[in-house]
Amino acid sequence: MSDLNKLSIAEARDALAKGDVTSVELTDACLAAIETSGALNAFVHQTPDMARDMARAADQRIKAGDAAPMTGIPVGIKDLFCVKGVQTQAASRILEGFRPEYESTVTQNLWDAGAVMLGKLNQDEFAMGSTNENSVYGRSVNPWKADDGQELTAGGSSGGSAAAVAADLCLAATGTDTGGSIRQPAAFTGIVGLKPTYGRVSRWGVVAFASSLDQAGPMTKSVRDAAIMLGAMASVDEKDSTSAERPVPDFEAALTGDIRGKKIGIPREYRLDGLRDDIASVWKQGADMLRDAGAEIVDISLPHTKYALPAYYVIAPAEASSNLARYDGVRYGRRAKLGQGDGIVEMYEKTRAEGFGPEVQRRVMIGTYVLSAGFYDAYYNRARKIRTLIKQDFENAYASGVDAILAPATPSSAFPLGAMDDADPVQVYLNDVFTVTLNLAGLPGISVPVGLDARGLPLGLQLFGRPFEEADLLNQALVLEKAAGFVAKPNRWW
Amino acid sequence: MSITEDEARKVAHLARIAVDDAQLPALARELSGILKFMEQLNEVDVDGVEPMTGVTPMRLKRREDIVTAGGMQDKILANAPDAREGFFAVPKVVE
Repeated sequence: MSDLNKLSIAEARDALAKGDVTSVELTDACLAAIETSGALNAFVHQTPDMARDMARAADQRIKAGDAAPMTGIPVGIKDLFCVKGVQTQAASRILEGFRPEYESTVTQNLWDAGAVMLGKLNQDEFAMGSTNENSVYGRSVNPWKADDGQELTAGGSSGGSAAAVAADLCLAATGTDTGGSIRQPAAFTGIVGLKPTYGRVSRWGVVAFASSLDQAGPMTKSVRDAAIMLGAMASVDEKDSTSAERPVPDFEAALTGDIRGKKIGIPREYRLDGLRDDIASVWKQGADMLRDAGAEIVDISLPHTKYALPAYYVIAPAEASSNLARYDGVRYGRRAKLGQGDGIVEMYEKTRAEGFGPEVQRRVMIGTYVLSAGFYDAYYNRARKIRTLIKQDFENAYASGVDAILAPATPSSAFPLGAMDDADPVQVYLNDVFTVTLNLAGLPGISVPVGLDARGLPLGLQLFGRPFEEADLLNQALVLEKAAGFVAKPNRWW
Repeated sequence: MSITEDEARKVAHLARIAVDDAQLPALARELSGILKFMEQLNEVDVDGVEPMTGVTPMRLKRREDIVTAGGMQDKILANAPDAREGFFAVPKVVE
């Protein structure tokens, strides 16, 4: 078999089971692909020795007849996940040199299932950003290019994960999604990205950004792979007090491809003024595909959609300012060089000024402001009330019989790196307009590649599901994926 | 609501982030721009709406108040920029 790194999880699993290929071969193919992928800047810490050890162990496990669905599958891990003994920096200077003494629950679950660790993946610092340009490692680059040859953003914050999967450097990768950080980069790179229901996947050992919104999920080459990998990542975890006490179903078994009689809602508030024609047209095509498969398409209203973005940019920075208070130069990471007579306050202030990049500083300060005495009610409490209304919008839609909601994933296809350099922060935040609602409501959502724009770049659509019904959601996504028949791959230039 | 340079200095100090005086005007402008964007939220009638505390309806899990882990001083200090004699070390604190 050639090009083993290009296999999907499902294909590799079947080939491993038949003995056509070994995990060591799969892993070597990925390591070789990573070796020559420097221009993408996706893998920022490589762990080839660990990978080969894990692959050998997986091969023995398969031989012994003890394989789980992810056994022997080489994956990349977003830098945000703590992996014991492996540099974990959340793409921040402030965590320079940090090697966790413990393992995140998600990665532990993956290793228990027999997955193979290839290395850590680039991202925006502390998962704050939509372009992967806010990273101590430098930006990651989208493997896709338009005719003009400009380097494009892979999206953010899980830009390294998206680039690595799209470029076949690994079979799949982990991502995290606080305001769209799995779904937006997946859409920009023509892959599948799933954000599970809040509480489905443990947050333990994942560097925290905004704890009431953060959720980890799979980034994969197909919907089937997302189902397999979610099954391996999800668990009920006593180490995470918000982990939901719900058994993890067999998501792959739910992929019947039959969605007849399902009701799919089209939210009219997502039809923004100035919505690009190609986005509007791919959205309509997606609705037609689901209708042709026997679903009923209905117009719905989510009246508070417009307020999701400003509410998110109060709540997420507020939580971040609190979570990031722990980076004080005392317990881990980097401490600034101190001057003669500097006390502990100077140590904090210099350490955090040197250690955090500009966007993280901005969000920590905004969060500090909206939580400060006198402004707490006007900003933070008001945003939390509007969050209640946004969640009620979805509850009303689902109560009216809608099974899932179809929406664009992004306002555009991938744009050039540097395009946002002179934009003000609010303009950058507008990239998240279609994705943040879901995090505020805690719902599951999946981004599926559906077509190419006029420049030959991928466009994705999102499906939103009912809480904890990822199995249904994945099945609907499978139908969309099949009907769209998206098989395009980026031309290799790196 | 716009933020003055003085308020920007105060918020930077509350956040424990050193900001040069020269950077304060730009910081105040940026923060003001973000807050202006948030002002849309004032259009919404939120009378009688409960602020959300948790997105999934669940009671926070409880457990026995007992020691479940410990005895790992070395591991806890392993990543400290300055650890001495089993403690985190910081500059002298004088109030």
